[in-house]
Amino acid sequence: MASPNTEFMDEIAAYGGGEVKMCFQCGTCTASCPSGKLTSYRTRKLMRQAQLGLKEEAIGGEDLWQCTTCYACQERCPRGVPVVDIVIALRNIAVAEGHMFEAHKKTADALSKYGHAVSINDKVKKDRKDLGLPEIPPTVLANPKAKQDLDKILTITGFDKITG
Amino acid sequence: MAKSNKKYAFFLGCIAPLRYPGIEKSTRVVFEALGVELVEFEDASCCPAPGVIRAFNKKTWLAAAARNLAIAEKMGLEILTICNGCYGSLYDAAHELNNDKKLLAEVNEILAEIGMEYKGTTNVKHFAEVLYKEVGIEAIKAKITKPLDYKIATFYGCHFLKPSKIKDLDDPENPHMLDDLVEATGAKSVPRKQKTMCCGAGGGVRAGFPETATKFTLTNLENMKVSGAEFIVDVCPFCHLQFDAGQKGTGYAIPVLHLSQLYGLAMGMDAKALGVANHVTPVKL
Ligand code: SF4
Ligand code: SF4
Repeated sequence: MASPNTEFMDEIAAYGGGEVKMCFQCGTCTASCPSGKLTSYRTRKLMRQAQLGLKEEAIGGEDLWQCTTCYACQERCPRGVPVVDIVIALRNIAVAEGHMFEAHKKTADALSKYGHAVSINDKVKKDRKDLGLPEIPPTVLANPKAKQDLDKILTITGFDKITG
Repeated sequence: MAKSNKKYAFFLGCIAPLRYPGIEKSTRVVFEALGVELVEFEDASCCPAPGVIRAFNKKTWLAAAARNLAIAEKMGLEILTICNGCYGSLYDAAHELNNDKKLLAEVNEILAEIGMEYKGTTNVKHFAEVLYKEVGIEAIKAKITKPLDYKIATFYGCHFLKPSKIKDLDDPENPHMLDDLVEATGAKSVPRKQKTMCCGAGGGVRAGFPETATKFTLTNLENMKVSGAEFIVDVCPFCHLQFDAGQKGTGYAIPVLHLSQLYGLAMGMDAKALGVANHVTPVKL
């Protein structure tokens, strides 16, 4: 019989998902999950893979990335398992081990390039101007020094390793 | 009367200023009309996005969020967000940092490298929460000059009310706050099935698996159509994007308004100045 694998659970705990050990496999999460009704992703199964140390199964495929972080499962879990925290922890591990989809790399790249999750373009500049707003919003986009500060944070925390 | 002493640091985020500037504009003019001052939050970055950036590197997410929280702390103001993602991200980050001295110290080691410090005192609010709790339904009603008679599908999204364990704003399974806010304009919030279902965009799903996101949206659109709703009213530019741009090519054409835009219309403001003409799904008033 499969038994819990504490090594992988410790790794998950280091990313803030330690309470995965609390899951008693009732399946309420899967039953509440909108993604589970539309894709092959099954929340309860992911929790089990995490507990059993089935690392590649948990982090290697598409399923982990089909969660919209909607919290429907977490609200209903009878054990109070913070499912979204565990999904986030597993995704951190996946990314650290090189499992990242191209589309997500683009979002990461946008953050390094613009300091925002999306680009600024001429169309939006014009729309902003027409609405009487400054063409460039007063964020890091308008202040190179602030952007440099953000860049430094990205580098210190190792975000540069997944971009570029 | 609206309380005139209310003042917030106005956090723009990414999708509102860079994809739906009408939402930013509408929020500015509506809050001004309600006597709430929105102070410019200079130098802010992405919150950063909770389902993607936090999922890629939690340390980056927390440190960059702390930088935003520290800017507001220096301004001496609470943060007002107009997006569920920004709200979720900054609220969660503040919740973690304001209650964990050790984690705060770790993050401050990073902030020290850019000459900043976060003391752990910033509060983060959602604009709909501020409208409901600080301004109040009666003060809003007093400003409605053009009552609306639309049938509306209210869309709460996920990160506004959830996780309810740390937010406690409304019942996450059966909420009423947004319905009350919408009905203050004279419009009717119509009931529908699966009202609290996710739009499908979050967690990097719109970027990574757009066909999954569309399936979520289609389920919601069908429920909305059956309910007889003439408009979708949201409180998040990302849900707004998913419904407005994501509706293209689906055969549905239910116009989408951010609550700030609905309020602008009900206050008699010019629709063009509220940016509704820039939506992908045509907004016929
Ligand atoms: S609802 Fe909670 S306890 Fe039940 S399977 Fe899901 S995570 Fe485990
Ligand atoms: S948070 Fe993720 S796993 Fe939980 S119900 Fe929503 S999509 Fe499913």
